[in-house]
Amino acid sequence: MVRQLSLHEAVNDGLKLEMERDPTVFIMGEDIALYGGAFFATHGLLEKFGPERVRDTPISEAAFTGIAFGAAITGLRPVVDLMFADFIGLAMDQILNQIAQTRYIFGGQVKVPLTIRASIGAGVSAAAHHSQCLYSMFAHTPGLKVVVPSTPYDAKGLLISAIRDDNPVIFLEHKSLGVSETYRLPTAGRQPVPEEAYTIPLGVADIKREGKDVTVVAVSLMVHKALEAAEKLVQEGISLEVIDPRTLVPLDKEAILKSVRKTRRLIIMDEDRERCGFASEVAALVADEAFFELEAPIKRIATPNIPIPFSPILESTIIPSTQSLIRTVREVVGK
Amino acid sequence: MSSFSLPEEKLIGLYEKMVLIRVYEEKIGEIFAAGKLPGFVHLYIGEEAIAVGVCANLKKSDYISSTHRAHGHCIAKDCDMKKMTAELYGKATGCCKGKGGSMHLAELEVGVLGASAVVGASVPWAVGAALSARIRNTDQVAVAFFGDGAINQGVVQECFNIAAVWKLPVIFVVENNLYATSLPTRPTKIQSQYSCSIEDLSKRALGYDIPGLTVDGMDVLAVYKAAEEAVQRAREKLGPTLIECKTYRYRGHFEGDPLMYRSKEELERWLVKDPILNFKKKLMEAGVLTEKEAEDISSKAKKIVEEAVQFAEESPDPLPKDAFKDIFVEDFY
Ligand SMILES: Cc1ncc(C[n+]2csc(CCOP(=O)(O)OP(=O)(O)O)c2C)c(N)n1
Ligand SMILES: [Mg+2]
Repeated sequence: MVRQLSLHEAVNDGLKLEMERDPTVFIMGEDIALYGGAFFATHGLLEKFGPERVRDTPISEAAFTGIAFGAAITGLRPVVDLMFADFIGLAMDQILNQIAQTRYIFGGQVKVPLTIRASIGAGVSAAAHHSQCLYSMFAHTPGLKVVVPSTPYDAKGLLISAIRDDNPVIFLEHKSLGVSETYRLPTAGRQPVPEEAYTIPLGVADIKREGKDVTVVAVSLMVHKALEAAEKLVQEGISLEVIDPRTLVPLDKEAILKSVRKTRRLIIMDEDRERCGFASEVAALVADEAFFELEAPIKRIATPNIPIPFSPILESTIIPSTQSLIRTVREVVGK
Repeated sequence: MSSFSLPEEKLIGLYEKMVLIRVYEEKIGEIFAAGKLPGFVHLYIGEEAIAVGVCANLKKSDYISSTHRAHGHCIAKDCDMKKMTAELYGKATGCCKGKGGSMHLAELEVGVLGASAVVGASVPWAVGAALSARIRNTDQVAVAFFGDGAINQGVVQECFNIAAVWKLPVIFVVENNLYATSLPTRPTKIQSQYSCSIEDLSKRALGYDIPGLTVDGMDVLAVYKAAEEAVQRAREKLGPTLIECKTYRYRGHFEGDPLMYRSKEELERWLVKDPILNFKKKLMEAGVLTEKEAEDISSKAKKIVEEAVQFAEESPDPLPKDAFKDIFVEDFY
């Protein structure tokens, strides 16, 4: 029987396999060694690989992301654990100005094989500084690949590709995909994940569910809400196609356009903030390329541009929900 | 025989390098004033002894990280002067293909990890290269050059701590030229506002329990000796060292700086300490260098610089389509 793994367990598996395969891969971050990482994604790696390659850092995000950059341009393949994507503020200069742009600035002299992992997303009342997605911000920055897996299987294959990639990759793991309470989303639990190493290319979308009436583009946890909505809408005779781009950079534009040309309706479900965000980007793409093939206005369901509130009732008010998607679907199909 | 502890050819080598940097920077100042360079430039004139004294202890495979004031570091670490100058011109033949310019020089081939225009940002790169050397099990060391302004950045303090905790083979060289743009490190006759609460920045090392020393950054031999010990410590895996070099930039922060924030008298006091003139005098007194040899060294430097400038001026501009290259390893953006 194939093992069932959670998203973070799949990440752990991917890290372990790559560290076994390639001695230049090492990991660095806060509480990742003995403690095993805030979400236990690095559990057991210290024992296996020792303190030289599994490094607990002081709470110095700017320094250790910058140090990872220095190591990456001199022959190593660091994987940095930022713990929460929200902490990017501390490391913003290194990520935005240095890691992302230096290959360009130096005229292609350096390769930057560096992966930055961080947890994203709301849903556990972690409040403003432990709940944001921020992937749109990373996608806005030139020179970063941005990976946002929705399933354990994808997470492992994409992480291995990210580590082997010679560019900086931001790899964002939704915290609710690893926490058992949220397994109430029918599709979001553990999943069979093969033992061996495998890769999923960055830039290739996955059709998570085929359908004919409405295309829903979603990443990370939102994929599971879209799948839940799709299941419920069957009773109403509405068929959703759920496209998971899996990576925002590179973006599989063709897969999105192909689906929209078939369904002629598009909703983007995006847990990141709405203004200038990923949803807007996909909407603009389809408006540019397939406007005359649409039968309804493009709809975005995203988090409004406000801080993520603590109270569960407030938090669930602002995060895109299965219900809000169902309502929007009915609107675009005219029911 | 001289009274120096270094062999004569090494002494002459130090002198030649300092002269080369001085001649280069004077030429760049001239070219810039003539409006031939895009952007702006920060010259290293007055500070030559630091880069030269430090880099004379390094091998080609060792690393340095640099700053917006990068020309001196690059020359001291043996960057290709033609490519570097072409970069200042924004030409296709530049070391960064014209995408970086004066504040972003880099030549990985000779261990120059590069310069960042964000003050303090390149310090972790050197620490990372040192970590990389450790993990790859080589005897390479890394030097981070940065200023008295940069030392107040959080990331730099974080780096001192991490390098100390991990005992990394890195040498932190703070070039205290007494000003971060206009703000003095310590109060002066004409300014009451300042950036540092201590006189000797090497004292910051105390907080991390690493060796910290302050040397006369106008004395190439003093810098050489301090760096020699620090490099040896690093190679022996004994951890980082912080070296403060007291120095002065003879020109403005950037070319064109109105310089109203410091006094003429102060500049004159430091001109007397000129690292090149004084070293030349010492070498001549010790019979290591003659006036004729000194002249030859200067004319050789001028020739090298002229050739580099000519190469840069005759080089082609990048093609517009090159703007879309080198973002990722693959050809997309
Ligand atoms: C983060 C950041 N803040 C401000 C600046 C603007 N700036 C450029 S150089 C400089 C002064 C740097 O002083 P120092 O580190 O002492 O180096 P020096 O110029 O004296 O060699 C400043 C404030 C910058 N480039 N980056
Ligand atoms: Mg200064």
